[in-house]
Amino acid sequence: MSAAPTAVDARRSLVPETVLEVEGLFKHFPLPRGLVGALLGRPGRVVHAVDGVSFTLGRGEILALVGESGCGKTTTALSLMGLLPASAGSIRFNGQDVTHLSGRPDGAARATVAALDGAAYRREPSVFPSLTLKRLRRQIQMIFQDPYESLNPRATVYEAVAEPLEVHGLEPDSESRLARVCRALEDSGLKPAQAFLGRLPHELSGGQRQRVVIAGALVLEPSLIIADEPVSMLDVSIRADILNLLDDLRTRRGISILYITHDLGTAACFTDRIAVMYLGRIVEIGPTRRVLADPQHPYTRALLSVVPVPNPRLRRKRLILSGETPNPIDLPSGCRFRPRCPVAVDRCAVVDPGLTLVGEGHQAACVLVEGDRPAAT
Amino acid sequence: MEIDASPLLDVRHLSTHFVTDEGVFRAVEDLSFQLRRGEFLGLVGESGCGKTTAMLSVLRLLPAAGRIVAGEVRLEGEDILALEAAEMRRVRWRKMSIIFQGAMNALNPVRSVGDQIAEALVLHEMAPTYHQAGKRVAELLELVGIDAARADQYPHQYSGGMRQRAMIAMALACNPQIVIADEPTTALDVMIQAQILELLERLQGELGLAVILVTHDLSVVAEVCHNVLVMYGGVLAEYATVDAIYNEPLHPYTRLLLEAFPDLSRPDARLVSIPGQPPRLNALPAGCRFAPRCPMVIDRCRVEAPPVRQVRPGRWATCHRIDEEGV
Amino acid sequence: MYETPVPRGPLDPRSGRGRRALAALISLFRRSPLGLIGMLMLGLALFAATFAPWLAPYDPDESIHVTIDDIYARPSAEHLLGTDDGGKDVLSAFIFGSRVSLLVGFSASLISMVIGGFVGLVAGFYGGRIGNALMRLTDIFLVIPDLPLMIVIVAMVGPSLWNIILVIGILGWTGTARMVRAQALSLKERQFVLRARALGAGNFHILRRHIFPLVLPLMVANTVLVISLSILSESTLSFLGLGDPTTLSWGGMLNFAFTRGAISARAWWALIAPGLGIVWVVLACTLVGNTLEEAFNPRLQSHHLQGDDKMIVSPSRLKAEG
Repeated sequence: MSAAPTAVDARRSLVPETVLEVEGLFKHFPLPRGLVGALLGRPGRVVHAVDGVSFTLGRGEILALVGESGCGKTTTALSLMGLLPASAGSIRFNGQDVTHLSGRPDGAARATVAALDGAAYRREPSVFPSLTLKRLRRQIQMIFQDPYESLNPRATVYEAVAEPLEVHGLEPDSESRLARVCRALEDSGLKPAQAFLGRLPHELSGGQRQRVVIAGALVLEPSLIIADEPVSMLDVSIRADILNLLDDLRTRRGISILYITHDLGTAACFTDRIAVMYLGRIVEIGPTRRVLADPQHPYTRALLSVVPVPNPRLRRKRLILSGETPNPIDLPSGCRFRPRCPVAVDRCAVVDPGLTLVGEGHQAACVLVEGDRPAAT
Repeated sequence: MEIDASPLLDVRHLSTHFVTDEGVFRAVEDLSFQLRRGEFLGLVGESGCGKTTAMLSVLRLLPAAGRIVAGEVRLEGEDILALEAAEMRRVRWRKMSIIFQGAMNALNPVRSVGDQIAEALVLHEMAPTYHQAGKRVAELLELVGIDAARADQYPHQYSGGMRQRAMIAMALACNPQIVIADEPTTALDVMIQAQILELLERLQGELGLAVILVTHDLSVVAEVCHNVLVMYGGVLAEYATVDAIYNEPLHPYTRLLLEAFPDLSRPDARLVSIPGQPPRLNALPAGCRFAPRCPMVIDRCRVEAPPVRQVRPGRWATCHRIDEEGV
Repeated sequence: MYETPVPRGPLDPRSGRGRRALAALISLFRRSPLGLIGMLMLGLALFAATFAPWLAPYDPDESIHVTIDDIYARPSAEHLLGTDDGGKDVLSAFIFGSRVSLLVGFSASLISMVIGGFVGLVAGFYGGRIGNALMRLTDIFLVIPDLPLMIVIVAMVGPSLWNIILVIGILGWTGTARMVRAQALSLKERQFVLRARALGAGNFHILRRHIFPLVLPLMVANTVLVISLSILSESTLSFLGLGDPTTLSWGGMLNFAFTRGAISARAWWALIAPGLGIVWVVLACTLVGNTLEEAFNPRLQSHHLQGDDKMIVSPSRLKAEG
């Protein structure tokens, strides 16, 4: 699955292999100015949580979105889910523009046209979809970080996994609903499903709880699962099981997975491509092996050098950056990584680099790699 | 860093139980290890293995149901378990201090950080008043890399990494010889984690501290520790130098645990998980506690709990199968 | 393949919830002696109120012929608690009086619970302008002194039982509202609610399935405490002469005793019986309410803190404890 360049070609967006296309996504949170500020006419300040993110995700592909806290990865995920309306940019799911669905207060359907005219559809897809926000959410499911918090403590496993069906009014017949829930539970590795149906979350281990959450995500048969730190709160010895389960789902059912994490180690071992985020932007993206073997962006290099490795004989030079990630409100001029960058040059204060192709399917946003390569717009 | 020969802390056969309505939880059983001046010991294990309980036992800070039922904890030769409560208070923080798990989130939000550090000083009579503690507070903050001018700020004005540094400063307030850090980097970003570990290494070098780093993260231990003690289900599984543990692990649990950790230097290695669950400490099986999950289990393991044995010079483990043919 | 302890349990996912809740409640009270005492006290009071016609030796409504000796007669075999200013048996009045006090207490609290729960849920969950407006309304009700207002209103609309219940109920919801709002606010942010939203659930589904079931236990605990306040309010109103004249509550008994010379007649039985009755029920509700609240609000628990004396144990002592 080759990664498409960020430039969106309208025709290419209809290729069914691309499940998700994000182009120039922005999400800004305005800060209240206060009375004095408003009176003095000061411009409002803004939290640049997501500040121009573009990437694609193919069918059956696993993309890791990696970054430290505050880099905007979770905000990106929430925007993709439609839980946060995007400030700007576009999100295309299976070729259809779904960016502004969440802007409608009741998720009402757009105008539908009786006959689906192929050519007209290609010219202006946004007129046609009868895709409402609710129906979109059947296709994209999200798994959250804390298995102890993702489930209502007073709801049984059956109720938790059946909830998506209930919300969407599917399978009203309780027998078929039960069957579907059991199937989802078994697909998540909880066998026999019947033994788990009546249990409450506190009676299950962390790993089992996370499997229940995954079953809840599977029951609607989605094509995309966004997993936000699905294993960080689990014991190390059972993480592999959950990650292997996700890998399995991709292989057997062609589900695409967006794996969000701060843990480069797990991102390294089961994802196809990796995107590194910093202060609301993707600074490097490419096939996982290649990015790890030959990181081009200084931030990626620094991160990789400090990730602890269980090998005491490997003494690497640790590029420990000083300070903390600055707040996303007052961004530095030029490249946003400049204040902490160990190899910044004068030009970095002036130019805000975009992603440049540095290898096949591999891009980095750094002034220093721009030099002799053609820029991808 | 040179490690002194005579042990600063000598824990022998420590056993701690929790007495509750649901039975007696044998949280720590027959734990022994030594800590020398300037040594960095990693105490590794997953949740529920007893590592935090063991450390709380050493400091005698167990919660209501905890009972230390056996063993000695010798600090500079003296058994601190035999001390009176008042004497123990003098040992606590002055000789040995602890950075609790998640402590950085337990700072009092309505008092300044400087005030809270000063509290440790005043309580232990190292400064007569909060005001006079100010100078030492400034020193401590500079020591951990925080600008001393920030002493008057409140915890919410500090970032996560800075709060953790403040907790380290608090732990160092009375010049202890031993600092126990319980999961100091778990909630932190990778870069901040690296900063904190670097700080701990530097402090160890400058102050000659001995540090016990309690964590579930084997990779972190590999980066900074001299010796490693792996715990499972409340007992010592393996205790050896860091090099030995990683390059020649002997206990089956240690081996499996190493394979469960992603290694960036070998990204193609497939992650393994250990089937099953840690044992319930109030319903322990007879025999080895790891037997239900061990790939190398034999009948003897289920019946007879393996004793702590010195299987090589300087290495201890609890396993029947080590040194049999082909292990 | 995947080894996990398979939990045993009922195969039908929909059963067992009520049974489980009951079992949890039973074990809770077993662990808390004070709560158990409160329950027993409350049970006794409810028993007395329910079976009053059979328990009371005399019928308080029956007209009797009295002589001067019968007024404020001392406790005797015929009148275990003596007689009141009208020659009627105090014990019977006491037993029947429990009915009024308990009825008013429970009914008024029910009204408070419904109003407070509704206000709290809407303010906490929806927030925004409506939430702010509701909270300002709550503040207004909080600030007004309850008792003088109650007196004024009852004096205006007339002291019937229903009016009293309504007045007490309408003034007693503020505490519940605040607590429910706080709870709803925090629940709103929890991850399982976010998950439901991510699934596409609307507000109604979230309120019904997630917020309300988790708010209910705290509301119940809080309401039990409100019951004791309601009973006190009713007793106060009756004591001041604003009770329903067709019924006799404990407060009313106290009122008659005070205004009709029980003190100068040294008829202590006419004062102690109703007074003790009020204290009994209020104490019972407080004990039960506190126990429930501690159980549902984990932050109130403190039994995990301890001193050093039991920490280090010799092997022989451990054997003794088992």
